[in-house]
Amino acid sequence: MPAFITPTVIAHLVLIFAVMNMLVLSSAFMVWMERKVCAYIQDRLGPNRVGFEGLLQPFADVFKLLLKEELVPKAADKLLFLLAPIISVAAALTAFSVVPFGTQITLFGLLDPPLRLEVTDVNVGILVVFAITSMGVYGIVLAGWSSNSKYSLLGGLRSSAQMISYEISYGLALAAVVMLAGSLSLREVVMNQSGYWWHLIPRWYLFLQPLGFLIFFTAGVAETNRAPFDFPEAEQELVAGYHTEYSSMSFGLFFLAEYVNMVTVSAVATSLYLGGWLGPFLPDWLGWIWFLIKTLALLFFYVWMRWTLPRYRYDQLMEFGWKYLLPVAIVNLIVTAALVIWLG
Amino acid sequence: MDVIAFYVFAAIAVVASLLVIGQRNPMHSVMLLIVSFGALSGLYVLLDAPFTAVTQIIVYAGAIMVLFLFVVMLLNAHTEDEVVPPTLGPHGMKVAVVLSLALAAEAIWAFSRISPTVFSNDPGLTGSISSVARIGAGIFTTHAFAFEVTSVLILVAMVGAVVIARKEA
Repeated sequence: MPAFITPTVIAHLVLIFAVMNMLVLSSAFMVWMERKVCAYIQDRLGPNRVGFEGLLQPFADVFKLLLKEELVPKAADKLLFLLAPIISVAAALTAFSVVPFGTQITLFGLLDPPLRLEVTDVNVGILVVFAITSMGVYGIVLAGWSSNSKYSLLGGLRSSAQMISYEISYGLALAAVVMLAGSLSLREVVMNQSGYWWHLIPRWYLFLQPLGFLIFFTAGVAETNRAPFDFPEAEQELVAGYHTEYSSMSFGLFFLAEYVNMVTVSAVATSLYLGGWLGPFLPDWLGWIWFLIKTLALLFFYVWMRWTLPRYRYDQLMEFGWKYLLPVAIVNLIVTAALVIWLG
Repeated sequence: MDVIAFYVFAAIAVVASLLVIGQRNPMHSVMLLIVSFGALSGLYVLLDAPFTAVTQIIVYAGAIMVLFLFVVMLLNAHTEDEVVPPTLGPHGMKVAVVLSLALAAEAIWAFSRISPTVFSNDPGLTGSISSVARIGAGIFTTHAFAFEVTSVLILVAMVGAVVIARKEA
């Protein structure tokens, strides 16, 4: 066995493999949850034929998509047309790589040094998340442009305008948390939230930054193109949006990217505002269960919101983003900065 | 390992940059430029400057290239004009050759003057470019003037853009 294959290296490779598959599986789970929650909100039963309570329905859908014919429009820019869904998924999966979801495990003493539960700990982790989410826009823009169809192009243009507009508020909300934590590493941000106020309220940044959390989550919903901000795929106006011309699994890849992005935004929000894997009752090495619960709660909120709120009009979205969300985010940042300096 | 990674990133950056100017389709040029920026960011990581690397991605590959993409898409420039009319006359060509030779000579002269000691391996220096806190402190103390002047410059450019857009409408 070559020298560089140590237990640590193997453990890391297994971890990367596991995280990637968890993300893909979580998007399958999200599809199921979305359909189930939607069904109950609309007083229906939802999928309940394939597997227990329809749990295997997403897999049936994926197999169906895989068996469909892959169509590329004649007038499309073939290279970019095929590249676009790949960029979307790659960006979505990569963004999760700096999110810590637990402390560290030794696998019952097998690993020395212990394995940290995250793919990599970069000291500028928050910026990495920000940078990679901003890469995701290329998948959608290219899909819209390369299809050479007006509906796709309109969807792509809308989405890029929307993502650029909300990215600023997103970044300003992040900056306020960075100032509180004094660090750009997500792991350190989480560690800074340990402990309780008066032995009761956890020291989450949610309570120090309620406005910041609201801004972050709103911008996150807009970034992931979800209702009530799902303009890139406003069916009534655009047929389907940027993916109008896509079929088979390349359509499925956009779907996958959207759900993985939702998971990432929720996971980052959990780390930044909800104390990440920290929680009572469970031993340290089971902290990832808390992480899972908090992330799932946010994801449920996502779905709940989609089936409750109607879609905004496009000009309302732009007005909201630039005239309300951005000024509020700036005020939040300035007030936070002043308080951090004043209180030390 | 680092050396291999360096050559891989460097090769990607150079090849992608060359391909940028060789494309007929402006959209492909934009995408290749993003690839080139990504490779540069990889080089920054190898230089132990993750902050610079991420900034490179956010500012160049993210923000600026999205604007490029917007312009290309909105102008609907699907392909460049196939026949490029020769805008340079025979005299223009001569001037161009002289100017490019002068530029090449300048570049060679400049590179020959760089001594290897300029790029020192002092860990204190590499520490200063990898720590965000030290970059921030540097910007707001030592380089405060340059920083403020740059922001005024950007503000002027923004105001200018608004004024021009207003006139057109």
